[in-house]
Amino acid sequence: MQSKIPDIIQTVPLLNYVLLASILFIIGVVGVLIRRNAIIIFMSIELMLNAVNLLLIAFSSYRADASGQVFVFFIMAVAAAEVAVGLAIIVMIYRNIRSIDVGLLDKLKW
Amino acid sequence: MYPILVLSITGIITLFLGFLKSKKVLLPATLFFVTLAFFANLYDWNKPGLYFNNMLQVNNFTILLSAVILLSAFLIIALTKGFIDDEHAQPAEYFAILQFSLVGAIMMTGFQNLIMLFIGVEILSVSMYVLTGSDKRNLRGNEAALKYFLMGSFATGIMLFGIAMLYGANYSFNIDAARTVVTQMVSTQHSSVYLYVGVTFLLIGLLFKVSAAPFHFWTPDVYEGAPTIFTTFMSTIVKTAGFAAIYRILEVSFSPIYSFWWVMVIIMTVLSLIISNVTAVSQGSFKRMLAFSSVSHAGYMLMAVVGLSNKSDDSIVFYSLAYSLATISAFGVLMAVSKEKLVDGRPDESIAVLNGLSKRNPFLAFILAISMLSLAGIPLTAGFWGKFYVFSDAAFRGHIWLLVVAILMSAVGIYYYFKPIIAAYMRESEGEAISLTPFYKIILGITTFGSILLGLFPDLLRSLM
Repeated sequence: MQSKIPDIIQTVPLLNYVLLASILFIIGVVGVLIRRNAIIIFMSIELMLNAVNLLLIAFSSYRADASGQVFVFFIMAVAAAEVAVGLAIIVMIYRNIRSIDVGLLDKLKW
Repeated sequence: MYPILVLSITGIITLFLGFLKSKKVLLPATLFFVTLAFFANLYDWNKPGLYFNNMLQVNNFTILLSAVILLSAFLIIALTKGFIDDEHAQPAEYFAILQFSLVGAIMMTGFQNLIMLFIGVEILSVSMYVLTGSDKRNLRGNEAALKYFLMGSFATGIMLFGIAMLYGANYSFNIDAARTVVTQMVSTQHSSVYLYVGVTFLLIGLLFKVSAAPFHFWTPDVYEGAPTIFTTFMSTIVKTAGFAAIYRILEVSFSPIYSFWWVMVIIMTVLSLIISNVTAVSQGSFKRMLAFSSVSHAGYMLMAVVGLSNKSDDSIVFYSLAYSLATISAFGVLMAVSKEKLVDGRPDESIAVLNGLSKRNPFLAFILAISMLSLAGIPLTAGFWGKFYVFSDAAFRGHIWLLVVAILMSAVGIYYYFKPIIAAYMRESEGEAISLTPFYKIILGITTFGSILLGLFPDLLRSLM
């Protein structure tokens, strides 16, 4: 028998989705705080954004409310723009110091 | 609503103007476009309404905030001298990005939907990442751009997590609908953990953007490394828009759960005031000192948010205007003075560069003195009334301890704001006289006149609201 997608999603409790998204988000936060390679930090930020996407979709499906999924599209589009600018900045730095280790960037200290 | 349309279109027109041989037309054209947006903004005065499918609200408060943003933008763009030196090979792009970033800032003043808040924050932030790194070969500029970018996207991630959690509690992104749900939760005593997690993360994300302590650690580095003109933009327009957003979301959606968030906001206010003022005392760089000063002013503006009285919106408008005018004059003086002397190929931005300014250029020394007095909150300047209004907001809720801390910290502030004035008037001069273009003088004259005028007649602005 064909069942609707929200029904299938609802066979898993909502709390499980929230916990999964929170764990992914925390992995992202920890990655930003402890890694030193600019690209890895950047990937961790993307992981945070995707955790948010998962959370929004879970809530959205549970209430069969489309606005959450619309927001996910906005996040994906804006994240793409952010990636374009962010990678440009990282390339600019690589050209100047031949490295993307954020620990080497210490010109601005008092 | 109209300035968003105007600036989106004129931004694209500016990009096309970049094809012209003569780059001299760009500065007057951009000034004209921003003026156009300013008057388009006033067109909606006393005509409140919701636009774009209930995405954006326009009322007199948002119009005034947008007017402060556009006025500051006009003054800052007028100080740019058109980016026609060698460092800036593509002036049209800078002017276009500045106009696009204003669209984001105006969205943040009047969002009715959290999607709009997110888009506004991102338009403003992504534009600022580009502008911070616009000095491509300068290592310190690169470092500032990377730090700003990583910290800014991190803050966006945190803010989005908050928004997602709020969606889990409210099942709507509309901030009026959020208020209905929150009020219901309070009245039925049925609270949702998603709501509290959401409010906390959303607040942290937004406070990152306005650089309130303890989320200010990126501010001094970014402000110092970025080209001064964009530092000015960051410290005035981003801050005004950020506080507009914080105040709006807390006032419209979450005033029923004031008892939940006020402790958090008060802790951040006190931290902002103490950390920034104490650290600013020991700074040798004028630009870095102004960065810490901007953190402390974030603290003062948070006092209006903590107060949340019926006058808080007026206080935020007045404070952001007073602060923007003073900051633009201070950075304007710094730009004029620092380009005279280079250290390691960069303009010298220490406080010592101001030594003997009263002999080299009395006009600039006077502008500097007034702006510092206004930032310190000395009577007869706009800064005094700004502080007075936010203090009375905090007193409205009876936060006396907060007031004591704030007044003590203003006293500390007076000490370091007087250091540049002492350098300008008491120290011996080394350099030659500084000459300015008449246009530059007029713009600095306007900012200073504004500071004094609002200091003498604060009701000029207050009576509008």
